[in-house]
Amino acid sequence: MSSVSTPAPVDGVVPLLKVAGLSKSFGPVQVLKGIDLTVEAGQVHAIIGENGAGKSTLMKILSGHLQPTDGTTRIDGQPVVFSGPVDAEHRGIVLVHQEILLAPDLTVAQNVYLGREIAKGLVVDDKAMNEGARRAIRELGGDIDPTVTVGRLSIAQRQLVQIARSLLVPHRLVIFDEPTASLTPVETEALLKVIADIRARGTAVLYISHRLPEVKHIADKVTVLRDGRLVTTRDASGVEPVDMARLMVGRDVAKLYPDRAAAGVREIVLEVEDMSVPGYAEHASFQLRKGEILGFAGLVGAGRTELMEGMAGLRPARGTVRLAGKPVSFTNVHDSMKAGIAYLSEDRKGKGLLLAKDLKVNLTLASLGRFVRWWQVDRTLEREALDKAIAEFDIRTGRKDLLAGQLSGGNQQKLLLAKMMMLDPSIIIIDEPTRGIDIGTKEQIYKFIAGLAAEGRSIIVVSSEMPELIGLCDRILVMRTGHIVGEVAGDHMNENEIVVLATGVQAGEAA
Amino acid sequence: MTETAAATAKARRSWKDVDLRAVAPFVALALLLVLGAFANPNFISVDNLLNVLTRSAFIAIIAVGATFVISAGGLDLSVGSMVAFVASLTILFMNSGAISDPTMTIVAAAVLAIAIGAACGLANGLITTVGRIEPFIATLGTMGIYRGLTTWLSQGGAITLRNPEVQSLYRPIYFGEIFGVPFPIYVIVITAAIGAFVLYRTRYGRHVVAVGSNEDVAHYSGIPVSRVRTLTYVIQGLCVAVACLIYIPRLGSTSATTGLMWELQAITAVVVGGTALRGGVGRIWGTVCGAFILEIVGNIMLLSNFVSEYLLGAIQGAIIIIAMLVQRSLVRKS
Repeated sequence: MSSVSTPAPVDGVVPLLKVAGLSKSFGPVQVLKGIDLTVEAGQVHAIIGENGAGKSTLMKILSGHLQPTDGTTRIDGQPVVFSGPVDAEHRGIVLVHQEILLAPDLTVAQNVYLGREIAKGLVVDDKAMNEGARRAIRELGGDIDPTVTVGRLSIAQRQLVQIARSLLVPHRLVIFDEPTASLTPVETEALLKVIADIRARGTAVLYISHRLPEVKHIADKVTVLRDGRLVTTRDASGVEPVDMARLMVGRDVAKLYPDRAAAGVREIVLEVEDMSVPGYAEHASFQLRKGEILGFAGLVGAGRTELMEGMAGLRPARGTVRLAGKPVSFTNVHDSMKAGIAYLSEDRKGKGLLLAKDLKVNLTLASLGRFVRWWQVDRTLEREALDKAIAEFDIRTGRKDLLAGQLSGGNQQKLLLAKMMMLDPSIIIIDEPTRGIDIGTKEQIYKFIAGLAAEGRSIIVVSSEMPELIGLCDRILVMRTGHIVGEVAGDHMNENEIVVLATGVQAGEAA
Repeated sequence: MTETAAATAKARRSWKDVDLRAVAPFVALALLLVLGAFANPNFISVDNLLNVLTRSAFIAIIAVGATFVISAGGLDLSVGSMVAFVASLTILFMNSGAISDPTMTIVAAAVLAIAIGAACGLANGLITTVGRIEPFIATLGTMGIYRGLTTWLSQGGAITLRNPEVQSLYRPIYFGEIFGVPFPIYVIVITAAIGAFVLYRTRYGRHVVAVGSNEDVAHYSGIPVSRVRTLTYVIQGLCVAVACLIYIPRLGSTSATTGLMWELQAITAVVVGGTALRGGVGRIWGTVCGAFILEIVGNIMLLSNFVSEYLLGAIQGAIIIIAMLVQRSLVRKS
């Protein structure tokens, strides 16, 4: 009844890419164990799995960035061994990296053609490249002036440039590594349309994502990886996001968000009035109550992060801030920390942790004064604090002298949370608490956040993931182009209400 | 027996954990000593070695300050000019006869030198932090300013300590010995010890390394980044002043060429000592070791016949490149 496993006939049914028994070890650690995968032309094949499941390694092998330890790869039935990414590209396999790898000081066209410039003799042909870049971006449904420098583009626009750059070479299989991780819903939708177009042209797409509804929406086939093994490959039509999550984690995750006791009306701890952050946010006013979890929703660039940073003294801002009724003004972060406000940046690696330093140094960095005895930083106290933090926040680390950069994303986030909790803040602002974090760790982070609120601390969560805000928050404020445009709470807490406020477009109006 | 086993296990683990980059400069120093002994038996004599260490004092002390600046992600090209400027003003003050008592003259001169050094460093720091100018450019500018002011003060000639009473009283600061060890060597050790304590043990030292490692993370952690940075330049200025105070009695004179190219030697000592030029890691004792290496190489060349001492600059240049290559290869292995 199922298809027989004899070699496929020659008349076009040979799969574009077929790998068998693919394994990969780094030293003694085996990260991929006997993966069999078949990718067919004109299909979107999603690969899902928790962080560390081996998705990225698999993609790096398929795109020639890594060599497998074992296993065979066939293209059109012919066995191949990639000598490197360029070789894979020559065979039509391109990888769209998760990180944006563009030179910010070069123009869009210069980036698109970087390393393969069109030249007339010795002189580069800017005109041809600008034309080519404009056309390539148009084909993806975008409209970006190819002569602006990339540094001035939004994240979504940069991503489009990166995709245009990848698709410039003749391609048969495009691999997307978590392309929507930093995109807003609207931008995500645009990207999914691009992917659908690519598929329609007969190209195969491998699509890696944490966002399961998206996978359900776009994919023809879904492959689930767990701990380096292939759990299953199924038709996407047959699996719901809930099933996908269960397959990824290997257990039920129906309850991602913690139950919270309904908080009665409690006193206001923070009052922000008419706060403006020049260039980013204007006339923002809101209140935060004790023990409350307040969400901030909006598109990327709506000014949420900047408003929070302005309030915390991280950037210049005007307006009134009252803590427990008393007006305060913070000219630097140090003051706001002392007043009991902790801000956890969305940019964990760039602004949160010193990746090249060990866990202990990171943990105590913001609260070092507490560890000083006789003008010296007491390392014994620091070690004790680390032991406590590791236990309290379940930071999973083999050795305690690891560097922060060696931790997984989820454990880095736990470390950052532990670091800021060393300040014993009464108000905690968490920006994108679970970006790039696997579902198991997400659940833990949510539990921590709920726990902190239950202790009587007040929490602001800034997030682009609406289910997260809805599952976690008591109220959600929505920002659009620098203004707080509305509040959703109670029965109105749903994605539709938020999207309408965030975009300013009524559902159905756009169609 | 169990105790021995535990001890060996511990020793083995700690041996494996040893950071090769931190040890490399000391290994290089040991190899150089062996090489020097083969090149000329006189090299390894106590007198010669003490002499070499004494002469390395200026660069070693300045480089301790440079370790702070570089660890915090900065750079100070003005230290050589600063030596000339601070020393010149100090000598001019001692010559002015403002204080008649020779002992008090020297004490006041020392206080003045330290104040001027700190002020020069503060200027460098404020220009880079408040003025937001790249440290390379800012200190390139002050390098010209301090050197130019020195040339102007000396009117193109030399500034010489004239008071013979002060001269004879001040002389032992460079030429004197305690327990047979020249005084400048004590100054190196004390300066480095204080530097190491501040950098490794105090909250400020931790902040310096954090700022050099990632300025944004430091800022978001509530660390006053500009203040921390500015202070590293002040520390550099203080170290320059200390170096001046033992430099003056050596020749009793300064000119427009005093301290020429010392900034490059100081930076070389820091980098050879294992401090990363991009910031985030500082090694005080490595720096001192680096300064010794530079001086010892010169000494070996002087004592041996197979390399012309005129090639000293070329050899020192080669050392910095080799040191970087060795560091890079060690990083890759670990």
